[in-house]
Amino acid sequence: MAAGRFLPNEGIVPLSDVPQLAVSELRQCVLADIDDGARLVALFGCPSNATLRLFAVLAHQYLGQLSVASTKVTGSYPALTPECPEAHLFEREIYEQWGVEPTGHPWLKPVRFESRRKWEGARPHAANQSAVCGEIDFFQVEGEEVHEVAVGPVHAGVIEPGHFRFQCHGETVQHLEISLGYQHRGIEDAVVRDSGKRTLHYMETLAGDTTIGHTTAYCRNVEALTGTDLSARAEAIRGIALELERMANHIGDLGALAGDIGFLPTLSYCGRIRGDLLNLTALLCGNRFGRSLIHPGGVNYDVDEEIAEIMRERLQSIWRDAKSAVDLLWRSSSVLARFEGVGALDSDTAQAIGLVGVAARACGLPRDVRQSFPYGIYKKAHIPMAIGQNGDVMARALVRWQEIEHSTAFVLDQLDSLPSGSPSVRIGKFPQESHLAVSLVEGWRGEICHVALTRQADHYQGYKVIDPSFHNWFGLALALRNQQISDFPLCNKSFNLSYCGHDL
Amino acid sequence: MIEILKARAKQGYRTMSYPNGPAPEMPTRFVGKAVLHPGTCSADCQACVDACPTDAITVKDGSPFLDLGRCVFCRKCQYACPSGSISFSRDFQMAEATREGLILHPGDVASAPLPNLDIKKLFGRSLKLRQVSAGGCNACEADTNVLGTIAWDLGRFGIQFVASPRHADGLLVTGPVTANMELALRKTYAAVSYPKLVIAVGACALSGGLFASHDETHKGVTDILPVDLFIPGCPPHPSTILDGLLQLIGRI
Ligand code: SF4
Ligand code: SF4
Repeated sequence: MAAGRFLPNEGIVPLSDVPQLAVSELRQCVLADIDDGARLVALFGCPSNATLRLFAVLAHQYLGQLSVASTKVTGSYPALTPECPEAHLFEREIYEQWGVEPTGHPWLKPVRFESRRKWEGARPHAANQSAVCGEIDFFQVEGEEVHEVAVGPVHAGVIEPGHFRFQCHGETVQHLEISLGYQHRGIEDAVVRDSGKRTLHYMETLAGDTTIGHTTAYCRNVEALTGTDLSARAEAIRGIALELERMANHIGDLGALAGDIGFLPTLSYCGRIRGDLLNLTALLCGNRFGRSLIHPGGVNYDVDEEIAEIMRERLQSIWRDAKSAVDLLWRSSSVLARFEGVGALDSDTAQAIGLVGVAARACGLPRDVRQSFPYGIYKKAHIPMAIGQNGDVMARALVRWQEIEHSTAFVLDQLDSLPSGSPSVRIGKFPQESHLAVSLVEGWRGEICHVALTRQADHYQGYKVIDPSFHNWFGLALALRNQQISDFPLCNKSFNLSYCGHDL
Repeated sequence: MIEILKARAKQGYRTMSYPNGPAPEMPTRFVGKAVLHPGTCSADCQACVDACPTDAITVKDGSPFLDLGRCVFCRKCQYACPSGSISFSRDFQMAEATREGLILHPGDVASAPLPNLDIKKLFGRSLKLRQVSAGGCNACEADTNVLGTIAWDLGRFGIQFVASPRHADGLLVTGPVTANMELALRKTYAAVSYPKLVIAVGACALSGGLFASHDETHKGVTDILPVDLFIPGCPPHPSTILDGLLQLIGRI
């Protein structure tokens, strides 16, 4: 971003140093950078009196750098989306939260049915906008034998709520529209309202299955703002926890994929193995999801030699069980026949819509924060990137399996060579002046981005959370085109996106 | 096929013997039910109250009282307390039939088993539940779901999660009940035929938890529906959920 300000992952910059461009300049600079291969990791508004300051954060993978720029808008501004599809949901969000209209946006539907945030420039909702979650003007396909299928918000399994609207021709899905928001708890707003004792807990519960991922992203921002250096030991323990979280979820997903095609042996083994992995996290901190493990300044629980030994032993046996359970998948032709070629996304589409994480890597896009924007332990211990080719269910399953393999090796390595040092240090002081901090973490679903805007000291004027699901739900919708509607559960599971991480 | 059988032999038999055998051992660092020590607070001390993220603690007459319905088991109160008045056991049995029953009093040892004989008579041998997540973060959901895996095998008690409220005897609800899910929750409840049960799982569902003060959410399921069983935790350990369900239907 020629006109943007560069900063590293977990970098901070005084708010007054964030370039403030004219709207047209900001558009130009975002579009030019995206043309050059950069990616939009965040685009959001933060009110400043009666105007809205828009911030764009881009990731320049080949430079290993991020850049940030801003502009001020009031009632409306020319949308980026027509030229830059990966901005589509960000701009819908800006409209929903602040009432500032990105003109020319083709699809300004609600993102999560949240009420407009209170600010000086606020405008009421348009009269035709429904306040009832899920009530939107769904895109409809018309014609003979075309029919519509509505699923959710309450689904068949024990999962979170969301609404899926299919336009089908016979069994074939022509179009899927996903309408979310049922899980909206108002967390971003609450962090700004009372930057207090609940903040860390909000981060832990943004997406409960990604407790370590989101909490790490938040803590890294706090640590960057306060100039706190963690001990190498704390970094290693955080890395172990993050990889355990990845393995538990990936193995659970492989089991669930097997379940969705009726291959029960792998389903039942993986369900149990996932539990064994969660129990390793509980061995670390008492809680299976890693609650209370991470806090600004390090970790609350140390890994002593006894725990390291138990963990090593259990992990080795988990690995053997996992391998025997998952190998069954790759050796069964009936499984391969159901995984291959289903729910495929090509890499151009993935690139255009800004896909991240497992789903992006399965399309052959080398996107992994641990490699491109390494932080903490990943600066020292490199984890190979798992890359797929076809962007189908099979590719997403294979990427998950390879990542389990890599993470197992990583955790075993770390346990063998835990550096000494205190697991926790006292954090420094927040700068008095307003700052912007960005941190990226590779959660198990993909890139987690947190942007903190401080007002003064540890009070926030804005806190933006971007769960990987925010980028990827649209990918699922596109992957369903021309698929059998009966393959939806399988495709959905192969993405396994978060509802509450999206709805916040 | 041979491969599948070989793998089957390798994976072995993994279902726990509980409740016939011993309860699964809790992790050493597990934070279970709090133990409150009566009359030990220093004069005018409010340290735990100030530290608690969910207003779960109150101090009266020199003793702390803790609401398990709000508690997220973060131990902040324990760390803040200068006089050691609060500690946490590894006791995972915490389910209660009433909201008031969730308030821990200083000196409490164990709670009485759940009463409610009607439920035992009606559903003791077969209980079908429809799960509704109404703003849950997917941790409560995940540790409910895990009860269906072979390690826990909920099916052996006749308890099962079903796909339709029409097939269910009750709801198991997680989350504080977001405004956006209220209607769907009400409709799902209406679709279950009488007699029906509601089970609330997790601090969010019990009291709104961390989100109790948000305009975007309610203060838990009792704002919307009558609740028959309250299961504390954030999220509750699967053992805590299983214990609650088994007590409810009179299996332990
Ligand atoms: S453990 Fe429970 S009571 Fe204690 S501070 Fe945390 S939430 Fe409050
Ligand atoms: S009680 Fe805790 S774990 Fe359960 S849904 Fe709420 S925040 Fe998540």
